[in-house]
Amino acid sequence: MNDARQNILSRLRANRVQATTVPAVYAKPLGWDHERRIAEFTRCMQAVRGEVHRIARSDWVDWINREMSARGLRQPLVGRSTIAEQFAAGAAAGFKLTRYDRPIEAWKTDLFEQIDFSVTGTVAGLAETGTLVLWPDTDEPRLMSLVPPLHIAILEADRLYENFPALIQAQDWASGMPTNALLISGPSKTADIEQTLAFGIHGPKALITLIVE
Amino acid sequence: MNQTQAFHHRIDAALHNDQLRHNFRAALTGIMARRAEQFPDDGQLQALREQARQVRANSLVGQPDLLERLEEKLIANGIQVHWAESPEQANAIIQEILAAAAAKTVVKGKSMVSEETGLNDYLERHGIEVIESDLGEYIIQLAKEPPSHIVAPAIHKNRREVAELFRQFHPEIPYTEDIDELTQSARAILRGKFANADAGISGVNFAVAETGTLCLVENEGNGRLSTTAPRLHIAITGVEKVVEKLSDVPPLLEILTKSATGQPITTYFNMISRPRQPGELDGPEAVHLVLLDNGRSRIRIDEELLETLRCIRCGACINHCPVYVQLGGHAYGTVYPGPIGLALEPQRIGLDKAGTLTSACTLCGACGEVCPVKIPLPKLINRLRAESVQAHHSTTPLAGRGSLRKPGEAAVWRLWQQLNSHPRLYRLFTLAATRLRWLTPGRLGGWTRYRSAPRPAARSLRELARREGFADE
Repeated sequence: MNDARQNILSRLRANRVQATTVPAVYAKPLGWDHERRIAEFTRCMQAVRGEVHRIARSDWVDWINREMSARGLRQPLVGRSTIAEQFAAGAAAGFKLTRYDRPIEAWKTDLFEQIDFSVTGTVAGLAETGTLVLWPDTDEPRLMSLVPPLHIAILEADRLYENFPALIQAQDWASGMPTNALLISGPSKTADIEQTLAFGIHGPKALITLIVE
Repeated sequence: MNQTQAFHHRIDAALHNDQLRHNFRAALTGIMARRAEQFPDDGQLQALREQARQVRANSLVGQPDLLERLEEKLIANGIQVHWAESPEQANAIIQEILAAAAAKTVVKGKSMVSEETGLNDYLERHGIEVIESDLGEYIIQLAKEPPSHIVAPAIHKNRREVAELFRQFHPEIPYTEDIDELTQSARAILRGKFANADAGISGVNFAVAETGTLCLVENEGNGRLSTTAPRLHIAITGVEKVVEKLSDVPPLLEILTKSATGQPITTYFNMISRPRQPGELDGPEAVHLVLLDNGRSRIRIDEELLETLRCIRCGACINHCPVYVQLGGHAYGTVYPGPIGLALEPQRIGLDKAGTLTSACTLCGACGEVCPVKIPLPKLINRLRAESVQAHHSTTPLAGRGSLRKPGEAAVWRLWQQLNSHPRLYRLFTLAATRLRWLTPGRLGGWTRYRSAPRPAARSLRELARREGFADE
């Protein structure tokens, strides 16, 4: 195995190629103000069947209570984050609330079969592509935004950046990446049969973004 | 049967399969239109292509150093790194990792590199159950076929053919030809597999040396599930996929998704830098990266050939190829079909084994125009054609160089060269050709199957010009 490493590296080094232009850091400033960012985010997300709602910070828990009950969904999943605490404090009495508070191995089948929707926070949004940015952690694990058939993401309006290059520059991602960083742009989809778009293949069938301010 | 005869047999079969050609034409027409919609401004497109070209060229120049930095950073992050020169080595490494973890079932995200190594067959021979979880890959796994396209592996099948496969392998599901219903059936079938798999195997789109991050681009969520739900994740990638900085990623991601499927971005962009950390409740406890060479490190003979390795596997060249749309991917007989296959495979596995592929090109130039990293594909294909018939051994260590040279063909071209460089000889030849034109054979093999045989004119252009009073030619 060490041989393979040495052989590959020495073959690569045997054929030195001339230096080339070092690329400039890619940036694509768009000059969009707050309202424009929200409008573009909403347009892109809706284009891939993502739902987007603007809501006052005090109202989002009630919105979920009302909407999910109306859709007959009663088994929410939350983690242990601030978002989770806010939701747990105000969640409708009819909900059977599940907390993601133990290792996946302890309840994998239930996660795959018993959850109607999950509620998570986001670290940012990207206006140009209609993208949610998540850094899952101990309080909001990775599978929360993936396994439940519906994912509700709470996005602070002032965390909308223009695009991906602007975000990683502004937040200096290069100085330290989390275990897992995710860009999510809509519900799960495929076009593998006749290049025809179909939603809800392996990940969530629906994605709701609540922009709070 | 030599490689050329075998290729011609496959071409013949593909051209006589009307359903296949219809499926490809229908699918590719849509993809080309969607890509075009993503690039309304040619100035911006060209600037982005140049940026992407520079990023990839820069990472190839520093490749050995970047691979060492990537390895160092990944190990520091807790990801184990393995190096494989050949498909056999890569397969054995992966099988050993699975055996050590007592893993019996594997869910796979889409990986063309694992197609290179024939990983599924290898693991199945070692008693491991392997499930392809990308919808297209799952369909062709049921059909026991290789992918016919690097991005859309089941592009050659229509909904009826997919429905038939589902009926055959899942008779418990009611028969349907509705694409939404077929998609939901696949979801139901594969969910149980994700929940119970011991390990996940995926490819990698970009590996970032600066941060030790593996990036995966996908729409379905199967890539995320494969790399998150099981307790073990093994990623496999070619050594050329490394990039230097995290800031190299955004332009590549943007041009990749727009070029590949005409999307501004895919549903998921998954960046993995560590296995599960203390206190985290999911994600694999161990993550491994297998770096596969498989002929790539030889493709650094000169600056021109090295350009091949800038490829980010978007498939745009394939989608725009007038030959691919007629043949489909299986006719090529290699892992990578279409223009990038023509350029890559003869270099990777040798001109003596795949050099004849370069004949499947009209040199129309469409692939070179759409390539997001500006690989000069027509130029490379033409160069490889020339290399495959070269007479003399040179310092160019291209495997199988000159292997397609035919003495008869070479003699004809030598004669042509003589005729055209000696005026007297040329005049003698045109005199004979015009006066003896009735001797031209009426049947010229394949050429006259669908065409009439060409016949020299009664008088040469030179004679006609003289007659018209041109003093000197």
